[in-house]
Amino acid sequence: MTKRIVILGGGTGGTLTANRLHRHFRHHGSQHQPVEITVVDQDDHHVYQPGLLFVPFGLANHSEIVRPRQAQLHRDIEFVQDLIDHVDIHADTVYLQGGRELPYDVLVVATGAILAFDETEGLTGPGWNEKVFTFYDVAGATGLAAALDNFEGGKLVVNVVDMPIKCPVAPLEFCFLADWYFTDRGIRDKVEISYATPLDGAFTKPVASAALASLLEEKGIHLVTEFNTGEVAMNDDGAGGKLIGYDGREVPFDLAVVVPMHSGADYVGRSEGLGDDLNFVPTDKRTLQATAKSNIFSLGDATNVPASKAGSVTHFEGEVLVDNIIRFLDHEELDSAYDGHANCFIETGFGKALLIDFNYDTEPLPGHFPAAVGMPLLKESRMNHLGKLMFQWVYWHALLQGRDIPGIGADMPSRGKEQPTPPSTRTTQGASA
Amino acid sequence: MTTTLTTTTLAGVAVQVNEEGFFEDPKVWTPAMAEEMAKADGLDALNEQHWTVLNFMRKEFFEKGTGPTVRVLGKTSGVSVKDLYLLFPKGPAKMAARLAGIPKPKGCI
Repeated sequence: MTKRIVILGGGTGGTLTANRLHRHFRHHGSQHQPVEITVVDQDDHHVYQPGLLFVPFGLANHSEIVRPRQAQLHRDIEFVQDLIDHVDIHADTVYLQGGRELPYDVLVVATGAILAFDETEGLTGPGWNEKVFTFYDVAGATGLAAALDNFEGGKLVVNVVDMPIKCPVAPLEFCFLADWYFTDRGIRDKVEISYATPLDGAFTKPVASAALASLLEEKGIHLVTEFNTGEVAMNDDGAGGKLIGYDGREVPFDLAVVVPMHSGADYVGRSEGLGDDLNFVPTDKRTLQATAKSNIFSLGDATNVPASKAGSVTHFEGEVLVDNIIRFLDHEELDSAYDGHANCFIETGFGKALLIDFNYDTEPLPGHFPAAVGMPLLKESRMNHLGKLMFQWVYWHALLQGRDIPGIGADMPSRGKEQPTPPSTRTTQGASA
Repeated sequence: MTTTLTTTTLAGVAVQVNEEGFFEDPKVWTPAMAEEMAKADGLDALNEQHWTVLNFMRKEFFEKGTGPTVRVLGKTSGVSVKDLYLLFPKGPAKMAARLAGIPKPKGCI
């Protein structure tokens, strides 16, 4: 009897899962042959999201970072372009807004996170896309490029409204690239750059947070911590405005770059029992099986697992998730294999980048990746910058196709990492900042 | 993050807390301890809304293993985010979690 696997979302996680599953069943078969794989997405634009960071600075453009979703999927995988109305987890069926019903044996939720602009008062009010931007979508990043071109000096504020967000290092990278960009234009001394974050430091993990805070200081970027944006308000003359914190603090700006709150996809909220209060999907952090029902799996930005919402996380999760879907179909026990591995390049400007590598138990540490000889960790280098640029090719040609990438696997490598203090004297306090 | 525990006396009972004042064991918490911590934080008294939030946070913690973030509190506790900041001026999620005797919410990754 045909087994139907329905994958919601044709982004990083959905695409690599579909292609990996397809390859597995084509080469190895299954007790349950044949298997039909369907991918659903509301549009046919697959965005290489790490590229959005470069668009405002003229270092990438729309056409380089967007490709058709369907073209990234093997031709034997069905691609359905429609909005998802809801999932009935009891009937094992996805209902599309166009009227089609997709019954499934296994469901994969890979619809990522959406930007919840409306949850911040005034964010999309007066000044939106004129003095207040985001670079977290293609339109915003493109609009911001023009605004930066016309910016001749003043206060630039980069603000994260609340966690979780996709790629928690991206707003820091934006600060570093802005410092480089204005230096190149010869007007750095006329621009005050501030980074306002709800965290109590530059980043969530202590060792990396200290390293990134030093970099901000070196580059003359002012760090505002524990700032919880309650409102974005424009001045009467419309020339600038201010972020107003819930605690009453104000951060004035001439140009604001805001990373809005994130939520899971709206249909998750319409699917009884599937999501949490923010529409993320409660998911076992080791097996990637959803807690809602045993035949539902989730990966990437769509889940609530305590890992960064980042492409590398999705990539590493994908390997474990595909293995567990195969195990599930074969009535075998799931493998608790995902260790929370994340691997992020952090652009620091002037053609350099940092690299951080960490998992649920090990915070980003200095050293080298993937072993004692390799790319420097938590240290600026040109090699890391080239690595970040090269990764775009790897993404389109190997990662999405579900091919294994040598040296970059699901398990975090420990060789090459320097322990800050002997582990016996340290107590890890979960994943909190 | 290195955790150092200290012992403090709240409502006449010796309680272990970390350097930020969060309880090591949420089960030893009593409402009288919350009242005493609130006074130390400069709140005159805990009103009905404070208790709505504190009770909600403890319920969430024991059900889900972590206290809610401010945003989730605003969506689900019945008290708006603006009001939460008025009630707990030092930052609702952290301050309310501490007064409720539960660990700091794991909101930030």
